Amino acid sequence: MKPAIEIRNLGKEYKLMEAEPYLSLRDVLSNTAKNILRGKKKRKNKFWALEDINADIMPGERIGIIGRNGAGKSTLLKIISRITPPTKGEAFLRGRVSSLLEVGTGFHNELTGRENIYLNGSILGLKRKEIKQNLDEIIVFSGVEKFIDTPIKHYSSGMKMRLAFSVAAHLNAEILLIDEVLAVGDIEFQKKCLGKMEEVSQQEGRTILFVSHNMDSIRNFCSKSLLLDVGKIIHQGNTNEVINSYVANHLQTQAQKQWPEGIFSYDKNIKLRKTFLHTKENKITSRFDTTERIGLSFEFEVLHHQASFTHGINLYNQEAVNIFNSHDVITAKENLQKEPGQYKATVWIPGNLLPEGIFTIGIALFSANPVDVMIHEQNVVNFEVFTDFSKSNARGRYAEDFPGIIRPLLDWETIRLG
Amino acid sequence: MSKFTHHIQPPSGFSLAVKELWQYRELFYFFTWRDIKVKYKQTYLGILWALIQPLGMMLIFTFIFSKTLQIDSGNIVYPVFVLAALVLWNFFNAAVSNAAESMILHAPIIKKIYFPRLIIPGSTLLVAFFDFLIGLVIFFVLCLYYHQAIEWTAIFYFPAGIFVVVFSAFGLGTFLAALNVKFRDFRYTLPFLMQLLFFASQIIYPLTAVKQSWLHYLLAVNPMNAGIELFRSPLYHTSPDMQVVGIGLASALLLFITGLIYFRKTEAYFADIS
Repeated sequence: MKPAIEIRNLGKEYKLMEAEPYLSLRDVLSNTAKNILRGKKKRKNKFWALEDINADIMPGERIGIIGRNGAGKSTLLKIISRITPPTKGEAFLRGRVSSLLEVGTGFHNELTGRENIYLNGSILGLKRKEIKQNLDEIIVFSGVEKFIDTPIKHYSSGMKMRLAFSVAAHLNAEILLIDEVLAVGDIEFQKKCLGKMEEVSQQEGRTILFVSHNMDSIRNFCSKSLLLDVGKIIHQGNTNEVINSYVANHLQTQAQKQWPEGIFSYDKNIKLRKTFLHTKENKITSRFDTTERIGLSFEFEVLHHQASFTHGINLYNQEAVNIFNSHDVITAKENLQKEPGQYKATVWIPGNLLPEGIFTIGIALFSANPVDVMIHEQNVVNFEVFTDFSKSNARGRYAEDFPGIIRPLLDWETIRLG
Repeated sequence: MSKFTHHIQPPSGFSLAVKELWQYRELFYFFTWRDIKVKYKQTYLGILWALIQPLGMMLIFTFIFSKTLQIDSGNIVYPVFVLAALVLWNFFNAAVSNAAESMILHAPIIKKIYFPRLIIPGSTLLVAFFDFLIGLVIFFVLCLYYHQAIEWTAIFYFPAGIFVVVFSAFGLGTFLAALNVKFRDFRYTLPFLMQLLFFASQIIYPLTAVKQSWLHYLLAVNPMNAGIELFRSPLYHTSPDMQVVGIGLASALLLFITGLIYFRKTEAYFADIS
């Protein structure tokens, strides 16, 4: 049997543009004039977004594609979807292909729900006859029957999503390319769609290529996976293995850090030995769900003479935004002199404060009055915060991209006025 | 295994890929259907707008150029004279302008899904053609109103005129559409270009009024003049100026081929640069 998707030495080179991805006639004219006058050629930066990609995907296989942002996952999917051409190499796709890089592509606000089903279905590659056959099922699945003949500009965003998704769930192509679109809308509806797709997939032996940041949906949905890093496949095989290698090598979370030699204060009186992250049950870990308290402890030694100092932490997110800094003012207030000996300081970051993501902690030891920094170490430990939908968090059941620097659980109150 | 096999490779050479366009004919239909539907849903006057626009222009032009400036339209009345050209010009103007903007308008879809990109400027042309058919009906009604006889030769000349204008509109439209994706500020020159073409077409004046022979040849290069010539000659009961028609036809075909080749050559990269 021939593979449904056969990828041979596929590569894609991009030119790195300075500011804008497109040209303007004005710039081209003025740059050309400048270059002629100065007699030099414009230098172009090029880079390979994908290089030497090889893969055989058999009919009926479901393959997850994982990797960090910018690893080339979406570029690969765009080439296989024929949205953008490769620079070298080739690929063969055997079967009808539908790509789902977005749900609701081409939806028009002035058209009714029913009209948009036809338009979107047609854009996704369904024949008019096929849409007609499945129309009732699509409408019922979406749960917007009542408003199906209303222009979708009157829909809520959730209704639009559900309508878009039920068209997508009824795609009948043999090869389905899906990019990150499942992180959408209501978590229950998302499960229903995945279920529907799975149902179709197992019945018809459909081949699926699935890009996602969500390791859980990859684990549930795909038996095999590819791990991409800087444009190359660095691991392929069983999904659990690939995910483990990804988490171990690439998420770069680190629950503890030890300094065998120690880190010393400028006066060589204090030695920092170890920092670690833990749960309230004192289990060392680098993964916390959004509702959990995050414990950070550090162990140090006062070596020669008594000293009075306190502690602080810096917290950064993945984009290196400094989310907060916090000083230990309790120890500072007591202003105790610490006798030589070994100490452990612990600080708790409350639950329901941070959103999903990877965070980095820096720690400091300093004398409080006058303020004088003794030890300041950045990038000491890293941890991941994830959503556990079984717990009550500030996201509720909303499964879509839910940005924000912090994610506090707030007090809400509704009273009846009349 | 299904009969569909796609071979993905770096773009090379030029192909019309007519077979693929045929496979996507339903999407072509749906884009056209959407644009017509949305256009007439959004305007308060709806389909009446397609009637009012050419009639209004005809009235204004008649007042300015015939009554005030006294341009001589020979043995046919000026409203018929000008509307015969206006229905063609309005189609050409709408088709070219909308096609030129169409790729930028569809950038979000182009980045998310594949289909032959030619469908986009193609369907805008079809939308403009829908308005043209309405305009043509108005034109025939106006001929009835002025008791304007149309010679039987119109059976050949009208379709020939439409052919010349459709081909040149398609060629220029696809060319500008591709150029607009690459050079984003090119669109600002479009109104100027269309205005220039308007005055270089025998819409408000007859081409016979141009006495300098070099200018006459130059204007003949504009395929609109051939289209209008073919539309007006059955009204004058004369045969069209074959020199104008010949030059116009040649330049229409040249535009068509140039536009198509340029579009096809650049379309693979639209998703990267749009």
